This record gives sequence, C-alpha cells and structure tokens, in this order.
Amino acid sequence: MTIPQPSARVAPASAAGAAPARRPRPDQAPRRPMIECRGLHKYYGDYHALRGIDLTIREGEFFSLLGPSGCGKTTLLRTIAGFEDISSGVVMIDGRDMRNVPANVRPTNMVFQSYAIFPHLTVAENVGFGLRRDPRSRVEKAAAVEEALGMVGLTGFGGRAAHALSGGQRQRVALARALILKPKVLLLDEPLSALDRKMREQMQVELIKLQRQVGITFVLVTHDQEEALVMSDRIAVMFEGEIAQLDGPEALYARPASRKVADFIGVMNFLPARIMSETHDHVTVAAPGLGTVDIPAANVSRVDAGDAGPSIGFRPEAATLLGAGATAAGRVTEGVIDEVVYYGDMTYYDVIMDGTDAYDGIPHEVRISMRNVFGREVPDVGTRTRVSWSPGSLVLFR
Amino acid sequence: MSVAGRGSGLRVYAVAYLVFLYAPIALLPIFALNDATVIAFPLKDFTTRWFVQMVENAALRTALLNSLTIALSAAVLATSLGIFAARASTRYSFPAKGPIMGLIMLPLVLPEIIVAVSLLVVLLAAGVNLSIFTVILGHTLICMPFAVAILSTAFASLDTSLEEAAYDLGETRWSAFRLVILPLVMPGIMSALLMSFTVSLDEFIIAFFLAGNEPTLPTYIFSQLRFPKSIPMIMALGTMLVALSVVLLMLAEYFRRRGVARTGRTDSGGFL
Amino acid sequence: MATAQGAGAGQGLRLIAPPLLYAILMLAIPLLTILAYSFFRDDYLTVVREFTLDNYRAVWADPIFRAILLRSLAVAGLVTLTTVLLAFPVAYFLSFVVPPQRKALWLLLITIPFWTSYLIRVFLWKVILGYNGVVNSGLKSLGVIDQPLQFLLYNTGSIVMTLSHAYAPFAILPIYVALEKIDRSLLEAGRDLGESRAMTFWRVTLPLAMPGVVAAVLIVFIPTIGDYVTPTVIGGGKIPMVANMIQAQMLDIDNKPLGSAIAISSMAVVTALSLLFLLLNRRFLRVRA
Repeated sequence: MTIPQPSARVAPASAAGAAPARRPRPDQAPRRPMIECRGLHKYYGDYHALRGIDLTIREGEFFSLLGPSGCGKTTLLRTIAGFEDISSGVVMIDGRDMRNVPANVRPTNMVFQSYAIFPHLTVAENVGFGLRRDPRSRVEKAAAVEEALGMVGLTGFGGRAAHALSGGQRQRVALARALILKPKVLLLDEPLSALDRKMREQMQVELIKLQRQVGITFVLVTHDQEEALVMSDRIAVMFEGEIAQLDGPEALYARPASRKVADFIGVMNFLPARIMSETHDHVTVAAPGLGTVDIPAANVSRVDAGDAGPSIGFRPEAATLLGAGATAAGRVTEGVIDEVVYYGDMTYYDVIMDGTDAYDGIPHEVRISMRNVFGREVPDVGTRTRVSWSPGSLVLFR
Repeated sequence: MSVAGRGSGLRVYAVAYLVFLYAPIALLPIFALNDATVIAFPLKDFTTRWFVQMVENAALRTALLNSLTIALSAAVLATSLGIFAARASTRYSFPAKGPIMGLIMLPLVLPEIIVAVSLLVVLLAAGVNLSIFTVILGHTLICMPFAVAILSTAFASLDTSLEEAAYDLGETRWSAFRLVILPLVMPGIMSALLMSFTVSLDEFIIAFFLAGNEPTLPTYIFSQLRFPKSIPMIMALGTMLVALSVVLLMLAEYFRRRGVARTGRTDSGGFL
Repeated sequence: MATAQGAGAGQGLRLIAPPLLYAILMLAIPLLTILAYSFFRDDYLTVVREFTLDNYRAVWADPIFRAILLRSLAVAGLVTLTTVLLAFPVAYFLSFVVPPQRKALWLLLITIPFWTSYLIRVFLWKVILGYNGVVNSGLKSLGVIDQPLQFLLYNTGSIVMTLSHAYAPFAILPIYVALEKIDRSLLEAGRDLGESRAMTFWRVTLPLAMPGVVAAVLIVFIPTIGDYVTPTVIGGGKIPMVANMIQAQMLDIDNKPLGSAIAISSMAVVTALSLLFLLLNRRFLRVRA
C-alpha cells in the first residue's frame, strides 16, 4: 500500500520527508561507466529470463533495478555478481570483460535478501570472513572489522553470536561484511524486504548516507517502487526480462514511458482520448470531460503494443478539488465524489467527472489526492465538486 | 482449549504405552544381577558373576571386536556416501532424480532378508569369500538411507545463499564448503555416524548370511539362545548393550541440540 | 533460487555418482540377479542358466508355501493393525498435548527402545512368555496358577505381540510428523464452523494425518513380513514365515533358483498389496497439509 505524500522531490514516497534531499553531485561531468551490459540474454531451459539487456551503470551511482517478481531483476543482479552464467552478451565491470571471471574474484560484493549471515560465527567473524586471504596482520584485520562495524552503527557488537541478532542488525552485518572488502560495486538483492515498515524507512536513509560516505557504486534490486524512488540516482524498470524504462526518479514518475510503467509506479488516472492533430512540439488531443488539450511532445509516451487506444493520464496529486468560492489556477471539470479514503495526513477522493462517458458510455472515475489541512472539512460522498487541473501535468499514452 | 482436561486420559495411555515399551528391557538388569541360571521368579541373590563370565568369554570378545570393526567401517562409509547423496538431492536437480534417490533409499523399505539373500547370491557368484568385509558391504548399503535421511534434513535447512555469500567474499567452491557448509552440517554428520553405527551393531540377518564363519555380536547372541546355561550371561550382555545404546542416543541428541542452538533455529524436537 | 540448469544437472550427477554406483552394485545388480536366478534351473551343485518357469510353478503349486505366505501376510497384517492403532493415540498425545519444550524428551523416550538390540528385545519376550518364563514363574510364585500356562509361547499370538512391541516407534514417528504439520487454525476453523470436537477430529484431523498413517502402515507391514528372527525365536521354528522358508532354500537346501523364486514371489505379493493400499488411500495423499 502506498500513502502518497507530496514532497519537494518525489510525490508518492512516504519516506521522502525523512530522507535527505537528493544530493547535488559535486562533479557534474559524466562519470565513467562502472558496469556495462551489452545484449545480455539468459535462458533457463526454454524460459527466456533476460531478453537483450543493454545497460550502463556509472561509477559512484546508486542504481536500482525495479520490477515485479519474475521480471528478471534478480537474475540480472546475479549475472553481474557472477552467480549466473549468461547465454549470450557481455558484462563488463570497470572496463574489464567478466567472461570467465568467477564470482569469488569479481570486484563486486553482495548483500543477500536473506542476509546469509553465517550462523555459526560471531558478528566479528562474519564481518572479517572475506579477509582470510588478506596479508595484513591479525591486529590490522581486527581494526578493519571494528571500523566496518562502526560504519554501520554496530560498534561493540563484534563478540555477539550472529544468530542472536535482530533483522535490522543482520542487515548491517551483511553490509559491513561486504563493504570491508572495498568492492567497486555493492550489489543489494531486496535488502530491506524482510524488515518492518519503520525499520525499512530508517535503513533507506542509512543506505543513502552510507553510499555517499563510501562512494561505491550501489546496485539495488527491489520490487518496491517507493524504495527505488527514495534511494536511487537512476532506476531501470524491468518487465518480463526487458528494461521498460531507464530514468531518474523524477522523470520516471512524471513522464512514464508506457502505461505499464505508469501503472507500476504510483497511481495514474487514465481517460480515453482521441488524437486530433500533431506538430513537432505538441500533440492536440480530445478527452471526454477534459475537452481539447495540447500535450507537450516530452509528455507523449512511446507506443505500447496491445493497448486499447490512446489515453490521457495524470497523477492523483496533479489535480485539486476546489472548495466553494475558490478560484482555479488551471482548467476546471465538475464531478461527483464517489468514494472518500481517509489516510490521516492525506485523503483520496474518487471522483466521477462529468462527460467522461462520452466515448464508451462508461463514466470514468479518477483518483485525486489532497493533503489534509487542519480545520478544513473533508467533503462527503455524493457531494458535487469542481476539479482543477492543468494541461501541463497530463501525459499522453498512445 | 482445555488441554489439561483433554490430555489427562491420553497422558495415562501414553505412560502405559511407555511401560509396555520398557517393561521387557527393565528385566535385563534384574536378571543379569540375579544369582540363578533360570530366568524366573522369585529372584535369588544378587551377583555380578554373569558380568564376569561375559568379560572372560573369548568368543564373545571376538564377536564384539568384529561387530565394532563392521559398525565403525559401515558408519563411516554410509555417512560419506550419504553426504554426497544428501547434498546432491537438496541442492541440485538432475535427470532421473526421483528413481535414483528411490534406489538409494530402497533398503529402508526392503525386508532385510531380501537384501541378504540377493547380496549372498551375487557375492558367491563373483567368487568373493564371505568375511566381515562382506558384512561391511551389506551394512553400508542398509545404513546409507538412514544417513541420507538425517543429512538431507541438515543440508535442506541451510540457506543456499550462505554458500554463495562465502563464494562472493572470495572463497573457492571447496573452501566455501569447508568453512561454511561443513561446520553447519557437522551435527547432522555426527548423528548420521551414530545412527549408522547403532543400526549396524544391531543388525542380525545380513551378518547371519554374509559373515561366513566370522561371528558378530548378534549372530553370537543368536547362537547362544539355544543354550539355557548361557542365558544369564546374555542378559548381562543385553544390559551392557542397552546402556551403550542409551549413551550413543544421548550423544546423538546432544549433537542435534547443539546444531539447533548453533544456528539459532527453533527446536522442533526429534532427529528422525 | 534457481541455479543454472545445465551446470546444476552436471554437478548434481557428479555428486550423486558415488552413492548411486554403490546402490547399483550392491542392490540393483543383486536384485536383478535373484530375479534372473528365479528363472534358472537348479542342478544340485550348480545353477544351470536356461530359462524356465518351473521354479514359479513349484512355488505356487506348493501348499506349504501358500500356507506360509498366507500366515506371513496375516501376521504382518495383525501386527500392522495393532501397532498403528496403539501408536495413533500416543502420536496424537505427543503432537497436541505435550508442550513444545517437552517434545524432544518424549520422542527420546519413545525412540530409546528402538535403539536397543532387536535380537535381545525379541529374546526377552521368549523369556517373559516361556514355559519357565517371567509370567509363568511370577504367577506361580504369587499362587495364581499351579502349572505353567502353555499357550503363551510358540503361537501366532506371541509372534504378533513381539513384533508389535518391536515396531512400535516406527509407527509413532510418521504419524507424529503428519500431525505436527497440521495447521492448528484448521482445527479451530472446524470448531468455529460448528463441529464438535469429535467431528472435527473425524473430518479434519484424521484425513490430514492419513499420509502419516499410510507411511506407518507400510513401514511396519513390509519389514515384518520378511522378519526372520521372531518366528525362529518366539515361534520356536514351529511357525515358519516367508523369511524362514527363503533362508532354508538358500542356505540349508541350497536350491538358489527356488529360493530366489520364493523371494521374488513374496516380494511381488508385498509390492502389489502396498500399491493397492496406496491406491485406496490416494485421496488422502494428494492433500498437501
């Protein structure tokens, strides 16, 4: 369940309020590629798990692979880690072809979904596990372990039995164990999915800080769109073994490349539309209930195979319910409130907009989210209302 | 739920059942220490002479030595083979997995007499002389399914990413197995060894068919049952064997519990 | 997590090779050999390798074999019935009444007798039931009887008694495991839907425990039918079962083809009965608890 909360950067991320604002990169010059995947295919028998992945992840980037379960995101991560052979294509890490480079010598380390904390070892032995072949002295290694534990906020936990730790602590041990080896890339396979909501939001913030501190490239696999939006510099959305869209969080949220991406990330209202005319910088469409609108070319998604026809989309927070006597900033459509869902800080209103049944005879409902203001009444179901929206926030899917 | 009320009848039954299970065994020490050649009430004086007779019996010593050699060899062989089978069946999928595992586990449901006669026929046809070595071959076969069953539980409870994590942290396949998997399944290995050892030590029919002229403990006991004057000594021997079994079983249980404690899993009881 | 199929299959086959090879050499080949022997002719000292069905004709035409097979089946059936019926309440008690922290102790108590020498356990019953045995001498010294009771030993009943005792833990454990797997909320659901405790047991617990009961039945039935020690010791050689007949043909009479035919015939009967039993219970086995 998502509770959208408007924030400076990304609207639906509930943790966004707690997360540090997206860091401005000191070096805006394009950084060199750290991971490059070219024409990656992976078959399990007849099953085509990865269908031609082309991807560049830059040095120092916090990159997320986002998609529903079975989309191939974990397979792609494990391919980068070297746990899965690829059927065809190339994986390069730091400019080096990874063919015939097994997982144990790749410059990557992984935080597993189950954390894979060795239950028969102490916390310190877990963190120092990868230092066995390190030529440093015992004292130096112990210092490195203590430093790594400090980095994840577990100073003094070294002597504890690993199986006695809480979920959040296991997660930190897994991080320290991977980071102590100073990998070029840290791979995280759904690292927060086993934590409860509060702990998850706290760890999201800590991971962002940690990544900024160590400057290592992080690649995160997640099915949680909110988590991806909060944490990532860039996100690759994957469906059925292919990358559907690769963009920054803002672009992904505001200008999803397809209906499928729009549906997967946050809530998107869809209304049937007809394309009237097209120029190089905008498309003119007619939509029932909205009238005729010009959509900027940047907000026009590519064609999605199998879609019913063109439609107009907008996010719940892109429209506003107008109180009695309020004046609209944009255009206005009238309608009736059909459902009210109260979330405390927010309320969702499902509104049947007038005239939306013009094309298919079905009155369409749209979801509008409003921040609750203390003292302002929440309108009841059945109330007639005015909805204010702006053409600039509409996206055309065709 | 009123567990106490519903359970009391069942509890009485369960205790009665335990009495039924233990009553015959309880007779062992009673008559082993009874100064009479006939196993009958009323009891006579206390004596330890049956134990002395047992210790001084050279034929029994030979049989015991043979049995220990067989049980130790069969336990080590069956457990080693069991490690391969348990690891393969819990970690990998391969063609004809079902039939292959079925064949390996078959001795568990096959009457031992069938295993014994079929092995006897083949060994004789192959010109192998019957000895304790041939008994080891047979016992390894029937102990293997027990070892596989115990070890499969041990291997299956391991998170596969533990091994991957070790590999990811720079270890080789083998050192990852040695440093992570082996310590974690060690309690299972100990249980498998102990169980195989006990099964072999106790096995009669295969030893009866395959040992040739070599006595093992069970075949020696069987041969003595015909002679009433040997019975008190057999009671003393039985007492010792039961004590040994209890010690071995306690050891097995200790290793199982240590395995549970070590990995922080919840104790579900029982290692079978 | 799925591992790469191709590499996994190769690795799996390499790992399974040693135990598989052992099972083939020590089990599959011997079983196939006695199967082959059962179709060969016996020539006193040697086995003549020419195909014949004479052994099977001789076995099935022999009234002694048929009687012994029937007796073995009856004994094994009785033993199985007694063992499983006696074991079920204990397994139920272990699973539903014993608090979790005490379960390991109870299981240990139940398994200890299984770990003590089978031969000695069987022999103890002879000591208990014998002419001058514990029961007779005990009753005599108490003045209940004057003459020893003769009917205690050397009959089918004493064989059934001994085997039921010997196989008790085998029946308890599978039923216990099946009961442990039952989601306790299912039972509450049964009660919630208006069933009495007894009907909930009948309609929910028992069907879900059936896989364990089926396993217990097979685990007791199959080995008891091939038991050699008990008929020899308790039956005093007067009440032979199939195993005694096989042993006699194989060792004493040394007619290996005929012995093989007896072994194969009885195995075929046991297998057929087991499969029939599984078939009759298939609707319980399909349920995934």
